[in-house]
Amino acid sequence: MTTPNSPPADPDLNKQLGRMTRRGFAWGAGSILAGYGAWRWVQSAPPEGMLKAPLRRILKLDESIGRATFNPNRRSKSFPASWARMPRVNGRYGVDEKLDQAAWRLRVEGPSGSKSYTIDQVKALPRFEYTTELKCVEGWSEVVTWAGARLADLAALDGLALRGGKGPDLLPYVELKTPDSKYYVALDVASAMHPQTLLCYEMNGAPLTPSHGAPLRLAIPIKYGIKNLKQIGTIRFAEARPADFWADRGYDWYAGL
Amino acid sequence: MPRLERKHSLPTRLFHWANVPILAGMIWSGLLIYWANDVYAIRFRGQVLIKFFPTWFYDKFDMASRLADGMAWHFALMWLFALNGLLYVLYTTISGEWRHLIPNRQTPREAVQVVMHDLYLDRRPLPRRKFNGAQRLAYSGVIAMGAGSLLTGLAIYKPVQLGWLSWALGGYQAARLEHFSLTILYGVFFVVHITQVVKAGWNNARSMIIGVELTADGEPSYDDAELAAR
Repeated sequence: MTTPNSPPADPDLNKQLGRMTRRGFAWGAGSILAGYGAWRWVQSAPPEGMLKAPLRRILKLDESIGRATFNPNRRSKSFPASWARMPRVNGRYGVDEKLDQAAWRLRVEGPSGSKSYTIDQVKALPRFEYTTELKCVEGWSEVVTWAGARLADLAALDGLALRGGKGPDLLPYVELKTPDSKYYVALDVASAMHPQTLLCYEMNGAPLTPSHGAPLRLAIPIKYGIKNLKQIGTIRFAEARPADFWADRGYDWYAGL
Repeated sequence: MPRLERKHSLPTRLFHWANVPILAGMIWSGLLIYWANDVYAIRFRGQVLIKFFPTWFYDKFDMASRLADGMAWHFALMWLFALNGLLYVLYTTISGEWRHLIPNRQTPREAVQVVMHDLYLDRRPLPRRKFNGAQRLAYSGVIAMGAGSLLTGLAIYKPVQLGWLSWALGGYQAARLEHFSLTILYGVFFVVHITQVVKAGWNNARSMIIGVELTADGEPSYDDAELAAR
């Protein structure tokens, strides 16, 4: 070896090395303490939506970057319809499989009023069909064909999505709730108005089944699966940022892909 | 007379040691996420040889049912990981330190010699280098892995807005598998790295802390040794 571990001893050099090593270890110990302090500081912070406040703040920073760079022309990639599979039924919160489908109405609310729609009125809107990848926060994904009306088209019907009830300003937030309000999803309006965001009544070429949210569910492939609310009861356009079921349980509010 | 020879500059040492807790935090939070859909395993003829990961592993490190926690930490620490890595690459490029690090024409032959030497099959002394051929390959490789983690991570994080990136990496699930495989490779790197550091001895390891190495009389500086080899 050309880099011997123990060249001949030299008292001065050894002293100097000792000094440098002690200083190095002091810095190391100080850094470890500082890092541990930072860790303790995060762990002892009050929770905000079941997440330590500093982490929630960073998720909001991530969100602001995501929203500032959001390009509505980018689409979730399309696949051949033959690739579509039935995704697992992963969430049952707020879904009533025995819901009286004939009595169901879609309630749309805004600061200027509210209106109810039948499923036939929703189906009278232009129908769009997309085969896209449903992505779960858990890490799995499944290609699914969704068909339905664009949320943007419904929003344009009665001006309920508009600030002050008339154009051209859209309210910045949208909230969707199941009929029993037990599951609720919040969206930024840019994502809600994305052309692939559908009020979906057909899945993989067949009418929506109760366990997948009949008669009407949200399909929003530019967000994680947690935002794809089943069995829509109410859509509310809002000025203030609405609460979100999973954001209240430690997850990111934005969840944009 | 032996002397103290400069080896690792202060920025190099800071980037190196900062990366230790940051990468550890990324792997830890990444495993909290992976737990939620832990489908990967190494199989041979349908038999599972290695399952990523057995239940005892999650239990031992308290990693079960912490998906939300894992995502929040991962999407916070990612900034530090990217920043530290980018600053390191920038520094190494501008300072010229890359000349000691990036594989060159002698690297393949030298790497073989190092491996043979470590297996006690080659008794010739190794040439004096800041980083020998095997180290150049390993350290350049691990930097490329860092870039790979960043890119595959972005492809999973924003698969619609950065759809072209997900597509280039083979799709969303392919990017996820690549991202995970790189993590396992960090584990392999860590084991080999620590083994080699222990083998190389304290004088070498200490130089990553204090920057200098105790050097015997007559040995050239690393810069001179590098120049002489060209």
